[in-house]
Amino acid sequence: MSEFGTEITSADIIDTLSFFDGWEERYKYIIDLGKELPALDERYKTDENIVRGCQSPVWLRSESRDGALFFVADSDAFIVKGLLAVVLAAYNGKTPAEVAAFDIDGYFAELNLLNHLSATRGNGLKSMVQRIQRTAHEAS
Amino acid sequence: MTQFDAASIRAQFPILAQEVNGHPLVYLDNAATTQKPNSVIDAIANYYRYDNSNVHRGAHALSDRATEKFELARAQLAAFINAPTKEQLLWTRGTTEGINLVAASWGRANLKSGDRVLVSAMEHHSNIVPWQMVAELTGATVEPIAVNASGTIDMDAFAAQLDARVKMVAVGHVSNALGSINPIKEIIALAHAQGAQVLIDAAQSIAHLPIDVQALDCDFLVFSGHKMFGPTGIGALYGKRDLLEAMSPYQGGGEMIESVSFTGTVYNQLPYKFEAGTPNIAGAIGLAAAVDFLQSFDRSAADAHEQQLLNSAQLQLLELGGYQLVGTSANKTAVMSFVCDFAHPQDVGMLLDQQGVAVRTGNHCAQPIMDQFAIPGTVRASFSLYNNQDDVAKLMAALKKAKMFLA
Repeated sequence: MSEFGTEITSADIIDTLSFFDGWEERYKYIIDLGKELPALDERYKTDENIVRGCQSPVWLRSESRDGALFFVADSDAFIVKGLLAVVLAAYNGKTPAEVAAFDIDGYFAELNLLNHLSATRGNGLKSMVQRIQRTAHEAS
Repeated sequence: MTQFDAASIRAQFPILAQEVNGHPLVYLDNAATTQKPNSVIDAIANYYRYDNSNVHRGAHALSDRATEKFELARAQLAAFINAPTKEQLLWTRGTTEGINLVAASWGRANLKSGDRVLVSAMEHHSNIVPWQMVAELTGATVEPIAVNASGTIDMDAFAAQLDARVKMVAVGHVSNALGSINPIKEIIALAHAQGAQVLIDAAQSIAHLPIDVQALDCDFLVFSGHKMFGPTGIGALYGKRDLLEAMSPYQGGGEMIESVSFTGTVYNQLPYKFEAGTPNIAGAIGLAAAVDFLQSFDRSAADAHEQQLLNSAQLQLLELGGYQLVGTSANKTAVMSFVCDFAHPQDVGMLLDQQGVAVRTGNHCAQPIMDQFAIPGTVRASFSLYNNQDDVAKLMAALKKAKMFLA
């Protein structure tokens, strides 16, 4: 399990990103987040866990512990991986009801990253968010 | 026709004069779609402003005018690819629909169990999947023609593959993912010698290379308007007359019939047999304006300009280090496809976008060739005649920065 969602929360990420002015610092930070996100063990990179994007696949594995949901996600692309960390900071360790209630579009809009959540980006991020929401729905 | 002047050509494309993410737009996604000159935009707007009416139907002045312009556009497109008659030029929504039409209509009538359809290993999915669909119905097989490491068709392997069971060879004139120009004249001659028919996907060549369907002797040729400075949603299918005459309609509806009754329906003649429903009239007229545009300057000089951009971009890319070209055919359109050893192509694409540089990243709807090269995809910068050395310089600066971020 990663520190995203427990040590690093969505509020932390909003705080840090709002501190940066230019795109360069913002993207460097996102790339760094991606580097901190632990890789998903190769044995879990299965068809069942794949979320297909047009440009690169995203892998997502979820588990439930004491009523809270935990996710591990991975991508071959650094920036996508950083964006996955941003998503997991919002969702990890939350109850299904909290996951369902979280306004992910508002969060990405606040981070000025909403374009990455658009389906046309084909980066698998949107599909991954949908899968997390479905997981929460099924667990509630 | 005037001399080719890159600066005055560029000035005809209003979309290029804008900023993206705070940077002047550098548009290098021309293999996906080209931008439109004022003359095309005006032709479409003027059609709707002054001439809009349904074609071939109304008994009134506007309908006459719209029909005349629509059919003139057909004649102009037919002449552009040197089709012997304008009736052999069918309007489609684009390349994809053209291939689907031939695969469905010609394929169902002419393919049977045991027949073979050959497509190159670097085809766009739209020149693979329609054939797989008809193969599933008929029991034919779809087999790849080998492509070697430089991204060129292995002609010896192709010649060895041909036999009497090969009924169709469907190949792209130019690879969308790599830019390789395929020796289609030779491919057509070899296929014909074995009795196979040939469909040429000219989507990626139509804006760059002159096309003469009679000199090529291809049986079918398809292309899209939007990749040759015309509108989206319009394209053309050329076919040899005897083949088109023998084919059943692809879709039923209005326009494509001679008479309809519940005891039997008689189909209309070429080309209307294949054009059910109200066509994309504005698209056809806009596409004719795009042909006018392409004929307003020396095309070989435009091609030379694009080749210069490609050459200098490729040289500078290799000087940056860490980037490797994918597709090194000696004969390419101005497509620079590449990967890097320090990140995923998508990372590079995202960082270029932040710097105002528009490229395509991914598998380019050509997964088989990406699998063959064992890469997840490429970054593809594709140049058009309105690009210039300043665009190349900005691309290089952006790539340098991307490398600094990611390496």
